[in-house]
Amino acid sequence: MTARRATLAGHTYEFPSLVELMAKATPARSGDVLAGCAAESEAERVAAQTVLADLPLATFLDEQVVGYDEDDVTRLVLDTHDPAAFAPVAALTVGAFREWLLVRAAEGDEAAISGLARGLTPEMVAAVSKLMRNADLVAVGRRTRVVTGLRSTLGLPGRLASRLQPNHPTDDAVGVTASILDGLLHGCGDAVIGINPATDSPAQTVALLELVDAVIARYEIPTQSCVLAHVTTTLRALDAGAPVDLVFQSVAGTQGGNEGFGVTLDQLREARAGALELGRGTVGSNVTYFETGQGSALSADAHRGIGGAPVDQQTLECRAYGVARAFDPLLVNTVVGFIGPEYLYDGKQVIRAGLEDHFCGKLLGLPMGVDVCYTNHTDVDGDDTDTLTLLLGAAGCSFVIAVPGSDDVMLHYQSLSFQDVLTARQVLDLRPAPEFEAWLQRMDLVDDAGRVRELTPDAPQAKALLAAAVGAPR
Amino acid sequence: MSVVPGGDPWAVLRSATRARVALGRAGDGLPTARLLEFKAAHAAARDAVHTPLDPAALRAALPGHELLEVHSAAPDRSTYLQRPDLGRRLAEGTELPAGECDVAIVLADGLSPRAVHDHGPGLVTAVLDRLGGWTVGPLVLATQARVALGDPIGAALGARIVVVAIGERPGLSSADSLGLYLTWDPQPGRADSERNCISNVRPPHGLGYAEAAATLVALLGAARELGASGVVLKDEGPALPAAGG
Repeated sequence: MTARRATLAGHTYEFPSLVELMAKATPARSGDVLAGCAAESEAERVAAQTVLADLPLATFLDEQVVGYDEDDVTRLVLDTHDPAAFAPVAALTVGAFREWLLVRAAEGDEAAISGLARGLTPEMVAAVSKLMRNADLVAVGRRTRVVTGLRSTLGLPGRLASRLQPNHPTDDAVGVTASILDGLLHGCGDAVIGINPATDSPAQTVALLELVDAVIARYEIPTQSCVLAHVTTTLRALDAGAPVDLVFQSVAGTQGGNEGFGVTLDQLREARAGALELGRGTVGSNVTYFETGQGSALSADAHRGIGGAPVDQQTLECRAYGVARAFDPLLVNTVVGFIGPEYLYDGKQVIRAGLEDHFCGKLLGLPMGVDVCYTNHTDVDGDDTDTLTLLLGAAGCSFVIAVPGSDDVMLHYQSLSFQDVLTARQVLDLRPAPEFEAWLQRMDLVDDAGRVRELTPDAPQAKALLAAAVGAPR
Repeated sequence: MSVVPGGDPWAVLRSATRARVALGRAGDGLPTARLLEFKAAHAAARDAVHTPLDPAALRAALPGHELLEVHSAAPDRSTYLQRPDLGRRLAEGTELPAGECDVAIVLADGLSPRAVHDHGPGLVTAVLDRLGGWTVGPLVLATQARVALGDPIGAALGARIVVVAIGERPGLSSADSLGLYLTWDPQPGRADSERNCISNVRPPHGLGYAEAAATLVALLGAARELGASGVVLKDEGPALPAAGG
């Protein structure tokens, strides 16, 4: 292969491999500097984007970023590629593909955009995102329709769902219940009531599954539960006959990254089959949930591609979506600001990454949500998360994550608050999942205009919910 | 759990978690007082990360101790946060007195210099009080430092064991937590699995100095006996007093 090159202002930049071209075309972020693959100047970045724009999309079917023989993610993606779905854009360059998407988005042609999913590879989607501005990512994301369901329907137009995350440092049943009720009273939890367990033991996982299942059953809430334990723990819980709605797993974009998570594709298939067999869905049968995040492969030292060269973290993130989509998930979210400033340094980088992840996941056919979040050593604050949340709401994001008062007292980071979800819905005129919205009406938790009521503890609706909860036998 | 008839069920729920439940609303947003409480907690955590280590104050708090200052290869805070690899290496040209000692103690700013300011001197004093019979190298104060910076420091000082007392990543309600990391035969390239850790030294809310020092000295003795630290020591070492937190 001859080196690809571009000349900018009299200087010629050469990109000897596809891996380097992709990395250097990536908008600036600290993780690529740490990996040693970032563009060394702004001019080099634009030169790489210029070369990338002229690259035929079909190149990615013949030329790999991570080798086919040594990586099962590459094999999964290429072996399941659908040429018929790819046909409408098969003759385009990456740059022309960007324009094709923007034209269909402007026309509101959701079917054309959404129909591509199985014809696109993660690398194609990563490549086009590198040429897009934030507003491009919002405009196309908004017109990419991915609808999934189990006991609520997610991804419909004009909706913004939320995962209620009632974490507690010791998995205390009453403490978890307190956070669940607080979230429900704020109209949150329509995507899932999902707990990160403090300890990854099968017994604890079963106990938490039964706790949330009892709350959902008691109030007949059209949502699903999840305990975000390792898939091998969930397999044990399934064996024990626990009420498993969703199989959860963190996934990465390389085989090595997934080995770092201690997970194989076969385990995911087995767990999905186990959950499907329980038949716990009412409006759909999507029974998996995946979390991802830029930088996870690098942090596991599993970020190298062809020739041992470091692959940029955004391309690797898209490859994680290639893993997730093989399991027909109900939910996928990037945990965008969790990993720290060595991967995404500040608000600008976190906002960009959140929009990229949403766009790329959706275009690949995933029901994409975002954990809009940050740690205290990153240069991010509530203003940045407000900005990203509102942009994601405009981009048609399927769901966000919310914890009481933004403060996750178990994982020690900040996500959105329930109030943030209400604000995004109000400002952007978005509503909860339809089944959950009907439940809020039945419980009289919303007023006639659909606004979530602000209830004092002695309001009859709140009293009923609370008294039943604290009086519940455990 | 029993519920007092007519009692406030929220009080029962609230008492079971430190989560910020039932904050109330102003429209769809937070009430002003709740907003400012959150911002104050975040500000304390941010300031804990970015307030530079103050060597003069630490010298004053540790009179009578030889205190050497070193810097990592990360020249400033911004680089430090983005390049953990640089925080694990000494700045070029760093010279430390070669020698031999049983244990070297490093006070490292890590992600919370404030933790070192607040708890470094008290912890070090408590540890030194319990190290009779051990030869202790000079105290080292390290800036823009990660835990693994203790490896080249310990190697240069000829220490059999290095202890790094480092500021932990600040949480929203704990900006001043100090962590202690013990490494047998410190050499660049040691894996994290070869270290033992005591975290959350932060009286009065976390672990106290005396308790932390007692646990550390017990671990030091066990490491010396075993000739190793890390997972092996945790698994095969003698029974240790609980580290708590």
